[in-house]
Amino acid sequence: MSVKTGGKIDRYLKNNAAQARQEKKYRSARFSRWRGRALSWAYLAPSLIGVGLFFVLPFGVVIYYSLINNPVQHDFVGYSNFVRTWENNAFQLAARNTLIFSFAAVPLAVVLSLWLAVIMESRIPLKSTFRTFFLSPMMVPIASVILVWQVLFDYNGLVNAVISRIGIGKVDWLKSYYGPVVIILLFLWKNLGYNMILFMSGLSSVPKDQIEVARLESATETQIFWKIKLRYLSSTIMFVIIMSLINSFKVFREVYLLAGNYPFDSLYTMQHYMNNTFQSLDYQKLSSAAIIMAAFMMVVIGILLLLEDWFGRDLEQ
Amino acid sequence: MGIFGKKSQDNSIERKEGEPLQAVYFEYDAISDRKKRERRQTVRRTLAAMFFAFLFLMPTVLTFTNSFMTSSEINANYGAIFATNNSGGKIYVSEVVNLKFIPDMVSFGQYITVLFKSPEYLMKFWNSVIYVVPIVIFQLFVASLASFGFARYRGKVKQLFFFLYIVLMLMPYQVTLVPNFMVASRLGIVGTRWAIWLPGIFSPFAVYMLTKYMRRIPYSLYEAASIDGAGEWQIFTQICMPICRGGLASIAILVFIDYWNMVEQPLILLDNEELYPLSVFLSRINAEEISLAFAVAVIYMVLPMLFFLYGEEYLVEGILYQGGIKE
Repeated sequence: MSVKTGGKIDRYLKNNAAQARQEKKYRSARFSRWRGRALSWAYLAPSLIGVGLFFVLPFGVVIYYSLINNPVQHDFVGYSNFVRTWENNAFQLAARNTLIFSFAAVPLAVVLSLWLAVIMESRIPLKSTFRTFFLSPMMVPIASVILVWQVLFDYNGLVNAVISRIGIGKVDWLKSYYGPVVIILLFLWKNLGYNMILFMSGLSSVPKDQIEVARLESATETQIFWKIKLRYLSSTIMFVIIMSLINSFKVFREVYLLAGNYPFDSLYTMQHYMNNTFQSLDYQKLSSAAIIMAAFMMVVIGILLLLEDWFGRDLEQ
Repeated sequence: MGIFGKKSQDNSIERKEGEPLQAVYFEYDAISDRKKRERRQTVRRTLAAMFFAFLFLMPTVLTFTNSFMTSSEINANYGAIFATNNSGGKIYVSEVVNLKFIPDMVSFGQYITVLFKSPEYLMKFWNSVIYVVPIVIFQLFVASLASFGFARYRGKVKQLFFFLYIVLMLMPYQVTLVPNFMVASRLGIVGTRWAIWLPGIFSPFAVYMLTKYMRRIPYSLYEAASIDGAGEWQIFTQICMPICRGGLASIAILVFIDYWNMVEQPLILLDNEELYPLSVFLSRINAEEISLAFAVAVIYMVLPMLFFLYGEEYLVEGILYQGGIKE
């Protein structure tokens, strides 16, 4: 470019070079974005392959198995496996027990943990110590404390000793229809701390100015709680309900460790049913039971999420 | 008209004179009343908190203190309960249960027996470690890569995949164990440690948590690094990972406690009791060795308790991330 040619050509060349540079830069930026995008799939690959292999693909197989008569003949039988599972006595017992347990345990877990969070929000001393105490059951393995639970709720146990002294008859807790009470207590013991943390955070995110205004308008604390705080907590409440529901389905752990694989009827959970079906390796029953549960979970969670939308519709967050 | 007007004026004057005093008196009363009520409420709430704290701590503390009892003391205290499934009946058994917080005589005998004389408990403890440590490490590793993939570039397909992960995460074991078992039996790993490891490592939980964590990193940070010539791997290791250190700790604690507690998976995916983790084995301690059970229980909860004491903040953080409150 050092040779002086006419201004026109010079300008043309200059422009061209600038344009080329621009284009190259643009292209390289686009290329690097494209490359980044492609690479991001490479980062995802291990997880996607693993999840696909262990969860998604076999779930397809589960659906397939639920529709055929047996793994040898592969005859398509429609929904008869579902009917068979649905009409199975053990399945009905397990489903009923699990539902009753969830319906009793989840509201209790929500209300009590919210109450704990309100206590923790007020001006009590030693807050962080209390928080540690309330949260500690979450970290204690259930298997470790099961002995204490047995000491408490055995027929010759401590609870019976206390209530028989008061004059109420002894109850054989784990071998009667009171069994779920013991499990609910264990469930609450384990899960209240977790929910409390969520509620504490929810309560602290309620806008302070609204509470101030309400106080100036001489609203009582009860009114403030019900009319303001609870409205802002709606999404937290929904999440706590969902998590408690999921955890209430995991309660087999506690039952198994307390009462073993063949507990009293009132403690026969869904997982017991699954375990026993696993032992007989009835793939059709297993698959249809798993699909019924999955569908149930999806419907319930879907409804809860819709409810949350509806409750939170006029809130600006 | 005029009279009315005057009268009303008089009234208002009268009220004006009386009002301030009354109002002050009123307000003062209200404040002191409210203060009193608040103080009473605080006392009440503190008492409630103490009551709950007692209930929440009692099982753990009881397990801990009882592990220092001699075996004869445990048999004397709880024999009425645990001897019911013992056919031998050689030990002395009391009729009533004696719940004691403080042992008559502090003894380390149970621990010595567990640690040096009966290796099966240590073997089961070791089993638990062998399951949980690789699962935590590799689940976090796979999840860090995947979450970077989810968070760095977004798209509709990825959003769909992420939704799938959420759905999978919400499914109870009763649902996910069936597909897990089918793949494991197809791969021929049922009854081996791999049947526990592999589904654990690829569990969607950590991916969900970490992705939510990483999405908070501003996109401009990546862009800046990219303009400075950093490759994707460099952005991942030098920028993303250091920011996510706290998140990784939180998730590690949650994953650890979940698998340290596992009961469902071993029961279905393992058939050999030798491979059972301590969480399942603890419930199978027979009546003769019941005195050891408390010591084993304490040994089993030491590790999570240590993590809890050192990482409570991370745990709380993790719970809040799971709750989606900190988005």
